[in-house]
Amino acid sequence: MTSASATPIIEARGLSKRFIKQADLAERLLERLGATQAPSVVHAVDNVSLAIASGEVVGLVGESGCGKSTLGRMIAGLLQPSEGQVLFKGRDRATLAGADAKAARLAVQMIFQDPYASLNPRSRVETIIGEAPLVHNLVSRAKLGEFVGEMLKRVGLDAGFKGRYPHQFSGGQRSRIGIARALAVSPEFLVCDEAIAALDVSIQAQIINLFMDLRQAFDLTYLFISHDLGVVRHISDRIVIMYLGRIVEMSPTAALFEAPNHPYTRALLAEAPRISYEKRQFQPIKGEIPSPLDPPRGCHFHPRCPLAMARCAEEAPALKAISPGRLSACHLNDN
Amino acid sequence: MTAAAETESRPTLEVVDLKTHFFTRAGVVKAVDGVSFAIAPGEVLGLVGESGCGKSMTGFSIIGLIDPPGRIVSGAVRFKDNDLVGLPEEGLRTLRGNRISMIFQDPMMTLNPVLRIDTQMIETIQAHRDCSRSVALGLARNALMQMGISSPERRLRCYPHELSGGMRQRVAIAIAFVNEPDLVIADEPTTALDVTIQAQILHEAQELCRTKHTAMIWITHDLAVVSSLADRIAVMYAGTIVEQGNARDLIRAPLHPYTKGLLGSVPSANRPGERLTQIPGMTPSLLDPKPGCRFRMRCPRAAAECTASPSISMPIPHREVRCWRPLIAEQPA
Repeated sequence: MTSASATPIIEARGLSKRFIKQADLAERLLERLGATQAPSVVHAVDNVSLAIASGEVVGLVGESGCGKSTLGRMIAGLLQPSEGQVLFKGRDRATLAGADAKAARLAVQMIFQDPYASLNPRSRVETIIGEAPLVHNLVSRAKLGEFVGEMLKRVGLDAGFKGRYPHQFSGGQRSRIGIARALAVSPEFLVCDEAIAALDVSIQAQIINLFMDLRQAFDLTYLFISHDLGVVRHISDRIVIMYLGRIVEMSPTAALFEAPNHPYTRALLAEAPRISYEKRQFQPIKGEIPSPLDPPRGCHFHPRCPLAMARCAEEAPALKAISPGRLSACHLNDN
Repeated sequence: MTAAAETESRPTLEVVDLKTHFFTRAGVVKAVDGVSFAIAPGEVLGLVGESGCGKSMTGFSIIGLIDPPGRIVSGAVRFKDNDLVGLPEEGLRTLRGNRISMIFQDPMMTLNPVLRIDTQMIETIQAHRDCSRSVALGLARNALMQMGISSPERRLRCYPHELSGGMRQRVAIAIAFVNEPDLVIADEPTTALDVTIQAQILHEAQELCRTKHTAMIWITHDLAVVSSLADRIAVMYAGTIVEQGNARDLIRAPLHPYTKGLLGSVPSANRPGERLTQIPGMTPSLLDPKPGCRFRMRCPRAAAECTASPSISMPIPHREVRCWRPLIAEQPA
């Protein structure tokens, strides 16, 4: 029993994703003529391992281009990893077949960032929410109307909205429809990719509250991807920080905010905008996020790190335990 | 001495009862409906509100960028000695980019994609002052350096597409500040940027205002950014300013229920995991708004008197609020 509950619901083992740019016409011609060029490869996600226990809310934080969305999409099963495997309840998802594979796919659903682009403008709400459960025989056609109405009520919308089209809703309502669509196949695990970034502050609060209510009601596990530390701190049990395709720090929420370990985490926390009662002087870290096409050698953060040593430019630091439940990838922890 | 103090305290910009309406086929959209505020040299005013509240339209109205079917219906925009409302296009042209500049959310609204950065910056400088190309180039280089851009010579020879988003926005801000304007209107300039880049830009903007006494209007939906950047904050809701005052006082003890609701919606550090106080409902349409307080449908304190439009009152010194039932009882002593 204890061992069963200790099996994480989702586990990523050594996940990597590389995107290779296809050669365009001019490059193909040059190649024919004998010029050889190295293909440009983006290491979007670089050897990431992450286990998420049932019932947990994990916040995945990072700046644009750090690979957080790519990791989320691989975990949701929308992208095939270049290397590594995703385990669902201890079993490699790639080896599952038939009914097991289907169940594993349905159990993990995704909520997308853009509430405008992620709903088909030509479908009625009834189709948007009801299509998947109908295909998977979770509901009969006769009961579909009632079922969709129930789903809408769950996310705080009127059951009478099911005949409408997406353009008849506001941004906040569309978010709710996206959530209802994910919930319609009774998932156990939700990947929320910047699910509230496009909303106004007062609407964001409504959706955050909805996420927390649903977690209680349906025993959901979340991977909550966001660039907003305030939001992530509010709802997560554990936080994972990524920088240029690698995890730099992983820690329970309270401990991370109390004593951030990695220099990048420290910089992020210091600069995250928060409500303050005094005007403050901004003291930014220098430099830009490097291109993932040509990441710096060694520790990816060393060109911007105020504490960088010679070793940081040579050797990539491993993600190591610094205290129970906390991992950090920084050479400074070796001393 | 007194004369000097007087010129010092004279506001750079004074907006008085500004109304910008859009005359659409569906009816009149009252995007800006009676907005008044003033801003002193070197001061940063945070203009905060949610989408569609008219905060950007207020900025556009000041600088004269309202296109038909929109029109400034009434009110005054006093900039130093001029009233900008009704000023002919030619008069506005000598001010724009020179005495008043604007920074947009998308830097590509400022930058021309087919011209090099140096061409664009020199053009901005030479449009407003009589100087040689080489002098202008020197000024452009200094402006970039001030924005914390490393190797400005190389960046000057770049096209906009060769720069990253954060770099482009910094170039756009450098262009806005290059003629040392008296007023800068910044419309959500850091919304699309990452946290570390945002901090860099806030830092540079803060420095420029402090050292050059430039007045700045920072338009944003992000209370967190504004609370640490602005001297004063004005909160807009449905076309009107519902509350304004000193940033610290307003954040610490809001007077208007909407401001309080907005602050409650921000996941704050001290109560993770708890439910956020949410404002029920949505922002109302600005198409033919009904009389009465526009927030009353969503307001927890709404009462019978709220069906009449509230006027601006000053229940405590230096604080303005447009509410019949402001939150005075909850003010700390």
